[in-house]
Amino acid sequence: MNELISSSAADLAAKLAAKEVSAVEVTQAHLDRIAEVDGEVNAFLHVNTEEALAVAAEVDALRAGGLAGELHALAGVPIAIKDLIVTIGQPTTAGSKMLEGWMSPYDATVISRIREARMPMLGKTNLDEFAMGSSTEHSAYGPTRNPWDLDRIPGGSGGGSAAAVAAYEAPLALGTDTGGSIRQPAAVTGSVGVKPTYGGVSRYGAIAMASSLDQIGPVSRTVLDSALLHEVIGGHDPADSTSLTDPLGALAEAARSADVAGLRIGVVRELQGEGYDAGVQQRFDESLQLLRGAGAEIVEVSCPNFRYALGAYYLIMPSEASSNLAKFDGVRYGLRVLPEDGPMTIERVMGATRAAGFGDEVKRRIILGTYALSAGYYDAYYGSAQKVRTLVQRDFEAAFAQADVLVSPTAPTTAFRLGEKLDDPLAMYLNDVATIPANLAGVPGISVPGGLADGLPVGIQFLAPAREDVRLYRAGAALEALLEEKWGGPLLAQAPVLGGVK
Amino acid sequence: MTAVTDETLSFDEAMAKYDPVLGFEVHVELNTRTKMFSAAPNAFGDEPNTNVSPVDLGLPGVLPVVNRAAVEYSIKIGLALGCKIAPSCTFARKNYFYPDTPKNFQTSQYEDPIAYDGAIDIELEDGTVFTVEIERAHMEEDAGKLTHMGGATGRIQGADFSLVDYNRAGVPLVEIVTKPIVGAGSRAPELARAYVATIREIVKNLGVSDARMERGNVRCDANVSLMPKGSATFGTRSETKNVNSLRAVERAVRYEIQRHAAVLESGQKVTQETRHWHEDTRSTTAGRPKSDADDYRYFPEPDLVPVVTSEEWIEELRAQLPEPPAERRRRLKEAWGYSDAEFRDVVNAGVMDSIEETIAAGASAAAARKWWMGEVSRRAKEAEVDPAELGITAATIVELDSLIRAGKINDKLARKVLEHVLAGEGTPAEVVQQHGMAVVSDDAALLEAIDAALAAQPDVAEKIRGGKVQAAGAIVGGVMKATRGQADAGRVRELIFERLGVAG
Amino acid sequence: MSEINREAVAHLARLAHIEMTAEELDKMAGELDVIVDSIKTVSEVAGDDVPATSHPIPLANVFREDVPGATLTNEQALSGAPDAEDGRFKVPAILDEE
Ligand SMILES: [Mg+2]
Ligand SMILES: [Zn+2]
Repeated sequence: MNELISSSAADLAAKLAAKEVSAVEVTQAHLDRIAEVDGEVNAFLHVNTEEALAVAAEVDALRAGGLAGELHALAGVPIAIKDLIVTIGQPTTAGSKMLEGWMSPYDATVISRIREARMPMLGKTNLDEFAMGSSTEHSAYGPTRNPWDLDRIPGGSGGGSAAAVAAYEAPLALGTDTGGSIRQPAAVTGSVGVKPTYGGVSRYGAIAMASSLDQIGPVSRTVLDSALLHEVIGGHDPADSTSLTDPLGALAEAARSADVAGLRIGVVRELQGEGYDAGVQQRFDESLQLLRGAGAEIVEVSCPNFRYALGAYYLIMPSEASSNLAKFDGVRYGLRVLPEDGPMTIERVMGATRAAGFGDEVKRRIILGTYALSAGYYDAYYGSAQKVRTLVQRDFEAAFAQADVLVSPTAPTTAFRLGEKLDDPLAMYLNDVATIPANLAGVPGISVPGGLADGLPVGIQFLAPAREDVRLYRAGAALEALLEEKWGGPLLAQAPVLGGVK
Repeated sequence: MTAVTDETLSFDEAMAKYDPVLGFEVHVELNTRTKMFSAAPNAFGDEPNTNVSPVDLGLPGVLPVVNRAAVEYSIKIGLALGCKIAPSCTFARKNYFYPDTPKNFQTSQYEDPIAYDGAIDIELEDGTVFTVEIERAHMEEDAGKLTHMGGATGRIQGADFSLVDYNRAGVPLVEIVTKPIVGAGSRAPELARAYVATIREIVKNLGVSDARMERGNVRCDANVSLMPKGSATFGTRSETKNVNSLRAVERAVRYEIQRHAAVLESGQKVTQETRHWHEDTRSTTAGRPKSDADDYRYFPEPDLVPVVTSEEWIEELRAQLPEPPAERRRRLKEAWGYSDAEFRDVVNAGVMDSIEETIAAGASAAAARKWWMGEVSRRAKEAEVDPAELGITAATIVELDSLIRAGKINDKLARKVLEHVLAGEGTPAEVVQQHGMAVVSDDAALLEAIDAALAAQPDVAEKIRGGKVQAAGAIVGGVMKATRGQADAGRVRELIFERLGVAG
Repeated sequence: MSEINREAVAHLARLAHIEMTAEELDKMAGELDVIVDSIKTVSEVAGDDVPATSHPIPLANVFREDVPGATLTNEQALSGAPDAEDGRFKVPAILDEE
């Protein structure tokens, strides 16, 4: 395979800095790869050819003009953007018919930062509609397929970003994670995904699903690459009231140290065993052995309230979503559908627009959220869920008193077949059982490849206390190095060939 | 909608049988430079949809950030209403669909308003003071402006379509909610008007709102219910929306009392509903009854964090509060020595501030009152403007007054001088100079005129000599006529007595 | 047992402004009932002594100074509008009055 597309972002950055390759060459190589394989994968909803090449050319010109010193380390390294994040100049659809063709007149804060770093944006990636799903099958624009097996799901909601990275269509991508939408797709595609501490990355310009749970984060093939991207997009933003003012920490440095000697790693009793595939459990246990061998102290911790986390999540998330998605009504932007008969009032236009513009899963969550907030039910549902959230936070506090980081499988299963769980919402929701507690508590999490079960990737998740993202990169990079040493290369090297010559 | 004219009972009859219970929700638009949750300008009258940021349009992905000034203005309002300020409070989402509401929820406050448990004294025109308890004052955002097109009346009914301007969307509001007001009896309509007037005065005095009702800076929803005399159980209330002038507040409350009374008298039940006030017919019509659509599904706004008010912050803001209007009135009345009636007239005429300035500029309290309540008010009425807006300054009044006291002009001349000043011909002294309007102060000239007048009316002269000093008026009149008014009447009087050798 | 019947869903759909056919209401009622059944244990877990957490990371007093910033042009504001007239968003007649 073309080295320009198989290289990590860090390696590309080094080659660009050394003028071994040009940014235009690197960007063109990725655009070619998209043209070659995306017909099969369907990771991209929009390919941003002209602008990406223009930005790349600008980087090359600056470097040629002796202005390399003014360039960001990742300048010229291309990136794909989950289509939930608004961008000037490219359509933003949120995977929904509701926003088909909508062009944002403003950029998300993370997009402004990517522009400042002069990273060419390759395009917008597919997702479950409004990020609601765990398989990317709920996209209004067709499902994305898992590069490991095109009959299987790439996870969700950020299946497009994960698949793009796993299929070498982009070295880096942005995702959003409300209940696992970065980490679970990473797990089932053999890539790396990070959900930062809540408030660590600005949410301004990420179309909200559940405001108190959503976070934008990096998607990549290596832990170091995620750290480098996290440093680009992270840090305080006055446009987001929940943005932390804390300094980001030396994330890339932590990834490079990749050292777990003396690190106390807590195995969460409740996030393994029953409900987790045997193959997943095996890879998880092997990873623990490797970590122990590298000098980590493995302890068992218990988080008894995690068993209520899924229920709390499926009350809080739809409640907030029902309110966040109210703005899509056919008045100011996006789809407007006129009722077929009867009086033409704005109320009926709103009703018809939302009926036609939203898919089943979105409607399900809006109705569920409307129910949980409605008069007479608030205390029992939304109110109780917020209390469970407190209990989950307390569990984390207790666990982090015993361990520096926690570890679990990222998802209970490997990638399932397209359509397999589409008619069973509850089974679909269970995919996020291990990732959801972190969103409820606001703590950061990473998923790194943990090997294969029946030929499909398994993800290992590390969780750290809030504001301690740096620990994720240290532990994640250490496990990555230990496993790659064992495998003799990255896990993705074992993936089947897509689009001809590997 | 077919407008059925509601039955009403006469007000006196209604009052004989029922006690009204009032409640008010007053929305005050703050005059911050920017909006509640975005940096777009808070400005009135600009081109539609130009004072909007992505936040104000509710574009996908946007997030709100709280305007510090709006919070501080809200705290000031709370303090001025005698409220407690919440040590910590949060924002909440009020969910309902309406095209003027860009997110289809209003960011407001629910369980924990920034200010609560206050009370203000409302002074009625005759000086009666009524205490109204304040339940809460909370922060929220305004909606956009809808214009209904195609219908004959510009009203919502019968319109073909509507146009939406979001310039006003996100303008900071403080909603002030009273506790139920009982015991006003037949003075309820008057109290309603005075309450809204007082709120308006307070926020204007604080400088936190332009408080112009005609621009919707202050908007009142009035709740009315009746209970049979002797009962303490509240009846079903109606909520009359957006009653937007002081006069309308008074009339709407009076009308609703009469309408409720008629409903109750006919043995029916009052419907809990929204009513709309119509200035043209001076009546209300039924709006939406309370329904399951009023389930607003409030929940804490996850995109905003709590506002925590320290003791220091509150005290810092308290120190910035101007003197409360009622206290100021008490102080000024005392200082000026006006009677209750005189002072109330001054307040009702809207010239208290002008009088204060005029006294500060050197006039006596009596002279200031005489001018502002007299000639200036008369001319203002003619010109159909407020006295303060006539263009007469405190300095003008002081100058006129000192010209009179120096005997250079008399009252009659002074009124003429004022006319020339208003015509832009200069200061009073300049006008007197230019027009040669000074009174005749040459005693010799005056004595000549006096002698002529005495000679012309010997019988009057005789009366004065005989001690009837009040008869001197006729001689003064003759002298004034002879000098075409340009004489100082006081001096003329003195000279008459001198001439006739009697004590004045 | 079934808390969420077709009428309940119809009410929720009205609140949420989503038009639904009778079949959709029935299907949704069935699905929601299963989901709600599986998550309602949540209401039994925490007692009155447990405070609710609405924000994962506690912050307070995040303010913006009262200084005007950038606005959209009228053209930008209306760029996504399904219908517009005279610089304003155009909507069909409004049924309810507010
Ligand atoms: Mg209200
Ligand atoms: Zn309000």
